[in-house]
Amino acid sequence: MAEEKHHITSYKTYLLVLSLLIVFTLLSVAITQIELSRWAAAAALLVAGIKSTFVLMIFMHLKYDQRMFRVMVGLIVALVVVVIIITMLDFLFR
Amino acid sequence: MSENKQNSAPKSYLEETGGRKGIFKWILSTDHKRIGLLYLYSIMAWFFIGVTLGVLMKLELIAPGKTIMGAQSYNATFTVHGVIMIFLVVIPGLPAVFGNFMLPIQIGAKDVAFPKLNLLSWYIYIAGSILVVSSLFAGGGPPDTGWTFYAPYSFKTGTNMLPAVLGAFVLGFSSILTGLNFIVTTHRLRAPGMSWMKLPVFPWAIYGTAWIQLLATPIVGITLLMVLGERIFNIGFFDPAKGGDPILFQHLFWIYSHPAVYIMILPAMGAISEIIPTFSKKTIFGYRFIVFSTLAIAFVGYFVWGHHMFTSGMSGTALFTFSILTFIVAIPSAIKVFNWVATMHQGSISTDVPFLWAASFIFVFLVGGLTGLVLGALATNVHLHDTAFVVGHFHFIVFGGTGFAFFGALHYWFPKIYGKMYDRSWAKTGWAIFFVGYIALYMPMFFLGVMGMPRRYFDYLPEYHGPNIISSLGALVMVTGFVIMVINLFRAVKTGEKAPQNPWGGTNLEWQISSPPTLENFDEIPTIDKATYKYD
Ligand code: HEM
Ligand SMILES: [Cu+2]
Repeated sequence: MAEEKHHITSYKTYLLVLSLLIVFTLLSVAITQIELSRWAAAAALLVAGIKSTFVLMIFMHLKYDQRMFRVMVGLIVALVVVVIIITMLDFLFR
Repeated sequence: MSENKQNSAPKSYLEETGGRKGIFKWILSTDHKRIGLLYLYSIMAWFFIGVTLGVLMKLELIAPGKTIMGAQSYNATFTVHGVIMIFLVVIPGLPAVFGNFMLPIQIGAKDVAFPKLNLLSWYIYIAGSILVVSSLFAGGGPPDTGWTFYAPYSFKTGTNMLPAVLGAFVLGFSSILTGLNFIVTTHRLRAPGMSWMKLPVFPWAIYGTAWIQLLATPIVGITLLMVLGERIFNIGFFDPAKGGDPILFQHLFWIYSHPAVYIMILPAMGAISEIIPTFSKKTIFGYRFIVFSTLAIAFVGYFVWGHHMFTSGMSGTALFTFSILTFIVAIPSAIKVFNWVATMHQGSISTDVPFLWAASFIFVFLVGGLTGLVLGALATNVHLHDTAFVVGHFHFIVFGGTGFAFFGALHYWFPKIYGKMYDRSWAKTGWAIFFVGYIALYMPMFFLGVMGMPRRYFDYLPEYHGPNIISSLGALVMVTGFVIMVINLFRAVKTGEKAPQNPWGGTNLEWQISSPPTLENFDEIPTIDKATYKYD
């Protein structure tokens, strides 16, 4: 526990990620212009997923933390994905 | 609070008040042991109320026609009974009481990782309970939807849904924070040498449960908020008239509530896995299998929620998937039963009180699990869904499983918690009467269900009268046994003999410290070098 070191991210990286997030926000607005019918929600979730990955990795320092934490977060995300897929087995085949 | 001096006799946590008086010794203490007892007393209080409501329902059902209450009161009674028993009693149950008390001790720690958060969780629990119970008194009458709050009825009924639903929402936070606390505690505070594979089974079970509490509870939280949104703002998530989907509610509800049944049963299995080896004087059989099946249950348990919705009109694809997954999740549960029986095999068994609870647990859990498989098969489910059979099934698992394990754990750890011994022969009498009453109460429900008696009605056809009489009388017998047990334990706290450090000959850390433990459990954090459950 003692030798945990703190990573310091440069402003440049933060600004870069911030602008990426803004671009993706605009993208998720733009994407609603295309008629995707039942896939519209999937598209919105995809963009939101990319954005939250950036936030988790850079802003919340997951990238620089112990591997263990990335594994945990990864498994949790996988769990949510599987739950959504199973729910879709009902919705899409009804 | 100062450290114990080397020479002064160490005070127990019950004597160590931190300078506080009266009730403040309890409600301001961040000691995990006192918080565990706070939960014990509050959960017991709700349990008394829940039992009373249950007995009232049984009295109504003792004969066809209206006996003591009409349809609306009956609907309210089973709803409040269910909400109290599920959200206030069995979900916090073992983790909040024995998890709090024993987890730190069994891993060799002085407290949980976040003691203040731990106390806060109890306050949140109390706030949530008060909200739930206030639904009984405010305005439009007690809620009448059943504990499942199914849409669209839950946002159409004129009864007091808001406080009940909000209360369940608030209770969720208590569960989430407790889970978080236990996960961090298990990762961070294990004593030197306490590697994962030396961890006793109970901490393992609490750890697996904690993950479910942390990850599944937010889903029911959001779902309940959606119901509130429906009621207040008419949004239309679940309202077909507005393009919503009522089955979506059932999905969201059971995505939490099936894993929640594992919040109830996993710690129970953990406690049983402590009791059986101690009273068989044998190392637990297949430690790795037990640990593995605990994690497997926690994981696969997320994917079977649809077995509550087989008759709701899901797609065929979903029906098959959920049925197969349900059969798969039964495997790790069965592994555990084999392990317990194999642990007892050729052991030198003493049939002391905790062992009697544990052995009867195995029996009722088996009945509950096997009837679960009957419900998990698509064809039989169509016949049995929403009949008394389901009520029999989940009472065998939730009450028989979690309840028996809770009482077993209480009798097992009682000498450690209070430093007092209870009267063993009264405890055995209480258990015997309880067990007989229990079987008489719930066994007839399987027959009634197969005969076609629906659940959640205050009345029934005359054909169903016979088994209902047995069931109602069984309830009275069971309550008698329960009262004997409680009085016996109360007397023990007041006048019981002093308990030795290790009355049962257990091997885990809790038996190597004084009864009751000191404030910090260990004078010095122990170093663990031998495997867990080693009997010479
Ligand atoms: C391990 C602990 C278990 C607990 C605490 C538990 C609890 C419950 C509860 C509370 C219900 C009633 C839901 C309602 O209100 O309608 C239920 C129903 C059900 N249980 Fe379990 N159960 C457990 C194990 C199992 C197992 C092992 C299986 C199958 C392998 C199973 C299969 C089912 C099915 C299929 C239903 C739905 C019945 C219906 O409504 O048609 N359960 N269970
Ligand atoms: Cu279930």
